[in-house]
Amino acid sequence: MGERLYLHRHSIVHETASYLKVVAAIAFILVAVSTPISNWQAFIGYFIWVLIVAAIAKIPFTLLFKRALIEIPFIFFAILMPFFGSGERFVAGPFNLYREGLIAGAGIVVKGTLGVLTAIILSTSTTAREILRGLERLRLPALMVQIASFMLRYVNVVNDEMERMKVARDSRGFEATGLKHWRVLATAAGALFIRSYERGERVHLSMLSRGYEGVLPHDEVEKSKASDWLMVLIYPLVALVILLITTLIGN
Amino acid sequence: MSTPSLEIKELAFAYPDGNQALFGVNLSIEKGERVALLGPNGAGKTTLVMHMNGIHPTAQGSVRIAGELVDAKNKDSLKQIRAKVGIVFQDPDDQLFMPTVGEDVAFGPYNMGKRGEELDSIVNEALKLVGMAEFKDRPPHHLSFGQRRRVAVATVLAMKPEILVLDEPSSNLDPASRRELADILRSLDITMVMVTHDLPYANELCERAVILNGGVIVSDGSTRNILTNKALLEANRLELPVGFSIQ
Repeated sequence: MGERLYLHRHSIVHETASYLKVVAAIAFILVAVSTPISNWQAFIGYFIWVLIVAAIAKIPFTLLFKRALIEIPFIFFAILMPFFGSGERFVAGPFNLYREGLIAGAGIVVKGTLGVLTAIILSTSTTAREILRGLERLRLPALMVQIASFMLRYVNVVNDEMERMKVARDSRGFEATGLKHWRVLATAAGALFIRSYERGERVHLSMLSRGYEGVLPHDEVEKSKASDWLMVLIYPLVALVILLITTLIGN
Repeated sequence: MSTPSLEIKELAFAYPDGNQALFGVNLSIEKGERVALLGPNGAGKTTLVMHMNGIHPTAQGSVRIAGELVDAKNKDSLKQIRAKVGIVFQDPDDQLFMPTVGEDVAFGPYNMGKRGEELDSIVNEALKLVGMAEFKDRPPHHLSFGQRRRVAVATVLAMKPEILVLDEPSSNLDPASRRELADILRSLDITMVMVTHDLPYANELCERAVILNGGVIVSDGSTRNILTNKALLEANRLELPVGFSIQ
């Protein structure tokens, strides 16, 4: 886990410095969310552009869309919006929908999907560790970066521990079938929490023993050239151009 | 006689809940000695180790590393002490927390202010000592348990300690890894304290052994003499493996 999202390929997207990619992704998302949903032509342009970038990054479209499914629980309420609300109504097939709700819901779904696709391109072309380095470079508080990198390191350890506890439970004939077994599962989760907490203390001890004083080592970073910046900023800039053109045509 | 690497005098310690773990421990270890610290579970071995680099503040008595007093209140000297006492913890997963082996080995020397090429050469050298040089860029969770234990030793060696403290170094190792680690430990020219229940391992590696029980040192002598003294072992809940005997 942790590195499971990363897809090893050689592409220009993979080789770009991670902090530049993070900046580009955020800038693109900002452009996308600030586009009014009524400007629907722009969104078609955005989607085509995202797919082009995914292709440049050599990410298979099937993988891209499969991973995009993660957003479904989050846009669930957006899908419900056309059914509830007030104001003007209209009939679409068997449904009687609210116009405003439909527009607002579609806006959330479309913008959310663009954001998710961008995040997927980032996480598929960059190792989790590189993203953390990028965030550190972008001056995210060191403490947050440290917490995230410890999570990355120990998610496997804790996962294995959980797996072993499950095997031990199952070997004694336990099978979680219903509500009455939640007590057992809750106790196991509690035990896992205590163990992880104690491990945290031991890790801290071992860090102190090696002179930890609040800073994790990091590599000296090389400065990015203006051309690197320009290249990576093409991602949000193309979106911006699409926005401007569609706005002008719309007028 | 030179200054001992480790000198503990009348060390006593009680946990905040009132449970007293150490009752006046006296122990002196000369430079270059390899000493096995033996004792049953709950004898106070770990507590003693935690005093060696000031993780537990000394409440009564004194601990000196190469003549320098361990004083948990004096931050500067504590930093020096922690560079001099290298503790290898029992579970390598507790010790290896950085994303790659190389970065983990660099963690200690980095905290001691080493940077750049110097840091790099320290890391390479330490990994070479434990035969793990080619694993520098690998994440620790991809290594076998024995390999992780060896990297854990390297993380501590990288700090060029005066004294190496190993907590159960042979636990959970398969026989081959166990022997490989023994070879590595024997090749190191360093003062060593080995906390262990593995008596044959202690016999193999350490010329001197100390038995800690009930918070005091009950015996201190050559490992061979201690391990052949049946009554002494029995009184301290220590046992050689069945069928094992020391000629």
